[in-house]
Amino acid sequence: MSARSERSPSERIVVSGMGWVTPLGHDLETVWSALMRGASGMAPITRFDARTFPTTFAAEVKDFDVNPLLKDPRVHVTAGINAQFALGAAAQAWKQAGLDVKPARNMRRVGIYLGAGEGVIDTPNYLAANLKAWDATTGKTDGAKWAELGHALMQAAREIEQEPNMPLAHIAREFGARGPAYNCLTACAASTQALGEATSILRGGEADVMIAGGAHTMIHVLGVTGFNRLTALSTSKGDPSKASCPFDLQRGGFVMGEGAGMVILETLEHARARGATPLAELIGFGSSADSYRITDIEPTGRGAAAAMLQALAQAGIDARARRSDGRPFVDYISAHGTGTKENDSIETLAVKRVFGELAKEIPMSSVKSMLGHLIAAAGAVEFITCVMAIHRGMLPPTINYTTPDPECDLDYVANTPRAAKVQTCLSNSFGFGGQNDTVCVTAFES
Amino acid sequence: MSKTSKQHRRIVITGLGPVCGFGIGIDPLWAGLCAGESAIRPITAFDPSGFITTVAATILPEQLDIRSIVPKNYRKATKVMARDIEIAVAAAASAVNAAALTTRGTAEGVAPTIPPERVGCHIGAGLIPADSDELASAMLTCRSADGGFDPGEWGRTGMNNLTPLWLLKYLPNMLACHVTIIHDCQGPSNTLTCAEVSGALSMGESMRVIRRGDADACLSGGAESKVSYMGLLRQTFANRLAAVATGGDGVAAVRPFDASATGTVLGEGGGILITETFDSAHARGARAIAELTGFAARQCSCIDTVGVDLSDAAQDIASAIEGALHDAQTQASEIDAIVPLGSGIPTVDQAEAAALRLIFGERLLRLPLVTLAPQVGICGAGASALAACVAAQCLSEQRLPARLSTAGSAAMGVESDARASCSATLRNVLVTSTGMGGQSAALVLRRIS
Repeated sequence: MSARSERSPSERIVVSGMGWVTPLGHDLETVWSALMRGASGMAPITRFDARTFPTTFAAEVKDFDVNPLLKDPRVHVTAGINAQFALGAAAQAWKQAGLDVKPARNMRRVGIYLGAGEGVIDTPNYLAANLKAWDATTGKTDGAKWAELGHALMQAAREIEQEPNMPLAHIAREFGARGPAYNCLTACAASTQALGEATSILRGGEADVMIAGGAHTMIHVLGVTGFNRLTALSTSKGDPSKASCPFDLQRGGFVMGEGAGMVILETLEHARARGATPLAELIGFGSSADSYRITDIEPTGRGAAAAMLQALAQAGIDARARRSDGRPFVDYISAHGTGTKENDSIETLAVKRVFGELAKEIPMSSVKSMLGHLIAAAGAVEFITCVMAIHRGMLPPTINYTTPDPECDLDYVANTPRAAKVQTCLSNSFGFGGQNDTVCVTAFES
Repeated sequence: MSKTSKQHRRIVITGLGPVCGFGIGIDPLWAGLCAGESAIRPITAFDPSGFITTVAATILPEQLDIRSIVPKNYRKATKVMARDIEIAVAAAASAVNAAALTTRGTAEGVAPTIPPERVGCHIGAGLIPADSDELASAMLTCRSADGGFDPGEWGRTGMNNLTPLWLLKYLPNMLACHVTIIHDCQGPSNTLTCAEVSGALSMGESMRVIRRGDADACLSGGAESKVSYMGLLRQTFANRLAAVATGGDGVAAVRPFDASATGTVLGEGGGILITETFDSAHARGARAIAELTGFAARQCSCIDTVGVDLSDAAQDIASAIEGALHDAQTQASEIDAIVPLGSGIPTVDQAEAAALRLIFGERLLRLPLVTLAPQVGICGAGASALAACVAAQCLSEQRLPARLSTAGSAAMGVESDARASCSATLRNVLVTSTGMGGQSAALVLRRIS
């Protein structure tokens, strides 16, 4: 990919719109002000009766109605909750980018790259079918019985909406995008990867505009079951709002969140031609695989460091250099920071591996302490917090930070937001299975 | 990297790793296709009699023994591989061997042919349903009064009946995860989940990653098995399956581009291809099977969230083909064969045929289509990767496989009637794919001269 200094306006990729649906609100300002208050989105789970589960709380999206944001809600009447989050975030981004009033020049050059998760399984009916079709005499499922129950209990739309490319299909339908369209699903790294590959598609000249981001919820019986069995979730019995404590010695796992983050990315050339206002410039993307173990992160942080270094190289930033005023070139890192023992210490190690002695001077916080872990959607939401930090000159805190961990010895913007001159940020996302993605975003300068 | 050098970063295919009902590797697939055989057979893994179809192009247990495929020190991990993961792992092993690559997976402790950080991995995957036997047996103690599911008891005790790694069997990215671990691929890696188009999108992404200089080679493709309770049910709900009762003729039931077609038959399978820069292949003396010259993707304007409504999709599919031809700097007149999705699902076939007509005009009636569905079924996220394997092999062998089932395809303006395998002069082969959800992609492969 071309070095940053050589990029033409057709190779410079700007952010022109952003939107999110999160446990702390459904528009840019509401969520940002909650993050600036150090608010927590966690509460007891309401989507199903989780009172007997090892984990009883999560960060759910509350009181969200997508219909007022849609041109014709009837078109999306079958949309699952996942697709509703996606549509809501995309509608905000589309509007902020002014694409409704200053349209793209060719809809076949408006693409979509999402990192959206699968839809919510129809748990009661699905589990009832499995349970009732069990044949105790053979100790196996009775296939004919399962088929009968499946057809009778489950509904076509509900099942098809579980396909992971359905949020993409709904967004395409709503906005008329007909360009390159992808959905990737690399667990917790998905939407950062989507932003990065969308940038690559734009830079390669395959599209003028990309709707990029992610949507996900795994707050359902089998989602919580799966993560509880992996012992990845916090099982705190205390106040849910204190349960997510990334980088703290007492951290005991992540808290599930849900929602969506969407951005409009476009070439600077196209943004200028239609009179759009660039909000920031996406200048680097790095992606790597740990190729280590399915359950564990590579312990030296090799893969995470490779993703950060690649993003920085593409951005034309020397990680070990200082600006003329002595500051590092990276002003803020939005950490993956899940709050698991393993992630937070290895991410810290990887950051030190990349930045050397400068690492301690670069503030790095985890908004997962407030929003929970939005899984596939996390990266896009965290990318938006970076752009907001650049605009507002404020860093979101890592809340619930009380006890330092000797293995986590960086500046985590503990507990309260901080005013700072923010020009350039990294946003990290690392997925289960060893997928590492980092994007680098900077203040837009013409 | 400047645009000029990007164009010079030519990409070739140096290894084919198809997996399907004919077995693992290109040889059994090619032999089966050319002999006009079909891998469609009765489903035996479970009793399918309650479903609209009772057949699929399944992979038989003796064709895929995952424990014999993975390195010895990785056998334990096969316990957490769903069927889709097994297929991908088998396909990757086959492709790596075919390309004569040394990786950690082929020879532990030996220097790999290509540095691991320069090897990427892009694999298309579907939604992997949980194993019903495993789930049901774990839930037995969690019955409510009406025989349904009691979440309270499940939370207290039941969930502990599941293995701790249960979730990891079913995450779509576990296909690429296992493959990258086995073969030590440390470069960019991704999992594309866009139904039948996933494999083609994965190959397009590999091309983009290689062209921008972030990898020198990629394991690229897709794999899926929808031959499961949920897989069959969802495809039934989407109106995509041809009806085949117990004892019925599954091969005759799937008739791509035949006016009388009523739906498709599923297959288990997919493929991984080794996509590599021309320079890398040349430097290591690898045989290039075909050159991968063009790719483009589009989104159809109308979506089929329920059922199949692609009535207005031809223009969008054609736009993807146009984009791929442009990317390949190839004229439509230089395409000598096409491997379409060719599912036998009437509306999808009509949209594909109409798109091809927009590009090729009257010539389409003389342009052979390679229709795979009557032989290997439609393999979900593996379908377009399997199609790409066949396209590369057609170019390499200068031969077209046999076609089954279809009669009267001229009525749809295409040439895909049943006939025997034949030799052919093939300069370029086009692969097209359109999936449920409205994504569409096209690839252009060129003969190595």
